[in-house]
Amino acid sequence: MSATAAPRAAHGIFHKAGSLRAERRWALWSAYVSLIIAAIVMLAPPFYMLITALKTSAEIADLGGNPWIVRSPTLENFAAILGNEMFRGFFWNSIQVTVLVVIVTMLISVPAAFALSRMRFWGSQWLATGVFLTYLVPDTLLFIPLYQIVGGLGLLNSTWGLVLVYPTLTVPFCTWIMIGYFASIPKELDEAALIDGAGWLQMLWRIFIPVALPGIIAATIFAFTVSWAAFVYPTAFITRPDEMPLTIGVVSQLIRGDTFAWGQLMAGALLAALPPVVVYAFLMDYYVAGLTAGATKG
Amino acid sequence: MAQVSLRRLVKEYEGGVQAVKGIDLEIADHEFVVLVGPSGCGKSTTLRMIAGLEDITGGEISIGGTVVNDIPPRDRDIAMVFQNYALYPHMTVFDNMAFGLVLRKFRKEEIQRRVMEAARILDITQLLDRKPRALSGGQRQRVAMGRAIVRDPKVFLFDEPLSNLDAKLRVQMRTEIKKVVQTVRTTTVYVTHDQVEAMTLADRVVVMNGGIIEQVGPPQELYHRPATRFVAGFIGSPAMNFIPARVEPASGALNLRLPGDILLPIPPERSDRYRSQGGREVLLGIRPEHLTETRQGRATYADLEVVPEVIEPMGMETLVHFHMEGTRDLCARLDPTIPAAPGQPLRLTADLANMHLVDPQSGKVL
Repeated sequence: MSATAAPRAAHGIFHKAGSLRAERRWALWSAYVSLIIAAIVMLAPPFYMLITALKTSAEIADLGGNPWIVRSPTLENFAAILGNEMFRGFFWNSIQVTVLVVIVTMLISVPAAFALSRMRFWGSQWLATGVFLTYLVPDTLLFIPLYQIVGGLGLLNSTWGLVLVYPTLTVPFCTWIMIGYFASIPKELDEAALIDGAGWLQMLWRIFIPVALPGIIAATIFAFTVSWAAFVYPTAFITRPDEMPLTIGVVSQLIRGDTFAWGQLMAGALLAALPPVVVYAFLMDYYVAGLTAGATKG
Repeated sequence: MAQVSLRRLVKEYEGGVQAVKGIDLEIADHEFVVLVGPSGCGKSTTLRMIAGLEDITGGEISIGGTVVNDIPPRDRDIAMVFQNYALYPHMTVFDNMAFGLVLRKFRKEEIQRRVMEAARILDITQLLDRKPRALSGGQRQRVAMGRAIVRDPKVFLFDEPLSNLDAKLRVQMRTEIKKVVQTVRTTTVYVTHDQVEAMTLADRVVVMNGGIIEQVGPPQELYHRPATRFVAGFIGSPAMNFIPARVEPASGALNLRLPGDILLPIPPERSDRYRSQGGREVLLGIRPEHLTETRQGRATYADLEVVPEVIEPMGMETLVHFHMEGTRDLCARLDPTIPAAPGQPLRLTADLANMHLVDPQSGKVL
């Protein structure tokens, strides 16, 4: 009996392991297929931008042939756009605005998050929720009242106007990220610092900022991305070309009448997309660590 | 001079929950006092109030003769070691230890001297360049102690510093702490839930329960002369046995009637003390080590027969668990050579010279 039972049991185990392996293979396949489809959908536009930027105007205008293939690649569009003083002005404006916005955002949101997460005071919970709620108000709703304010301050058509209004988008979210990150730092650390003789500012500067650096970098990347890619506010507040950032400058100034310089437009858009890509590539690990801090730290 | 005084100290949280209910405690200069009790007894809250990390609802705390109720932690001249070490993760061991001195604007050479001296005492000189994440639990705890030592404060506060360590390391670090505190001779308040830690470390143990102090005294006193049933049951491992009993006068002497009609004679030298309890229901408290294999010789020995349920051989001793009518688990500590088996009746001797009688209503030891 036992002699016949053993192979049957072995067969059963083998069968089960086999089905597990098959399930795993199926899961892997479906993951790969869906990821590849998602990657194609996401990457097709930038890829089409790239090949268009590498084509001559004549080749772009030529409707014959496969549009996904570059027949005679050229860098003339890149050369033209980089030689365009206006484009360089847009680029410089974007850099200025973004750097200032990131600085302003960090100067506000880091101390705000520290206060909201650590200094228990009356109404701090409500205030924290309130900060998050302001983030839920879309910029398409805010730009009309903000237009009045910015206009009243005489900052229409000025990059300073943008430096003033972009933080309404960046500060709430960055504060929220930082609250989460600071909350993941054990309370004993600030108590130890208090006993060691630190005041609140010293505690923030010497303990919290260094310990929460991944979170701060995540918030910085977010502020950078938002202000680099902002479109609604500059469209509403800036009409003078020399004050325009890239996002609206490229589409409003590089089109002459009804002539679309597609090659240059695409080259300009690609160059505009480059800084965020570079920033993400270098700081991705920090970004992920910062966003998932609350989830993984005990 | 750094004595610590707590006078009618009260801590009440929002919603009216009282964590500490008006305790009084005097801690002498250089004394090592351990606050011990079950979780929620108010011991950590008391320590945190001494540190200034919790506001005081009522009463007064003074350190070195100065009332510190409204003085912030940094100006109380105390140092604290936390359960989870609370080392600054981005700083090296040296910087962790130096941080408090840097903030207090000590000279560089002085900081160097103090950190090196503390590192030598704690034997962590070779770790000074490391970050906390590269240290083991025991090493981290040493650094946390180093951070306290370098400050040369008036008072050391320890908040369950050994709870995160494994059993073996805990015993080792316990000895280290005692050694270090003996070396630096600083007033120390130490909080733990572990009565073994309390007994081994303390000059005086403060047993807390439900926000009040049950008893204060040297370890031996708490062990041999507990004031309440709580202290009697809390101090000592395995815990003291409590058996319902009745004090019965019998022609000039006193007997204890236990469940199952077991009659134990109260030793004559204790009779006077319990004479007024005649006819009353009490609880007989007796430690497992005073409930041993059958012995003869002393007048205070009384025999009783039990049926063991669980036998726990510990090597140097064997613990025998059994129960009697109206009791929960009872335990006797036997010589390991005594043959004992579950279900096999066993004769034990109770050394009644070491018994305690407890008033079941008030919980006071009579």
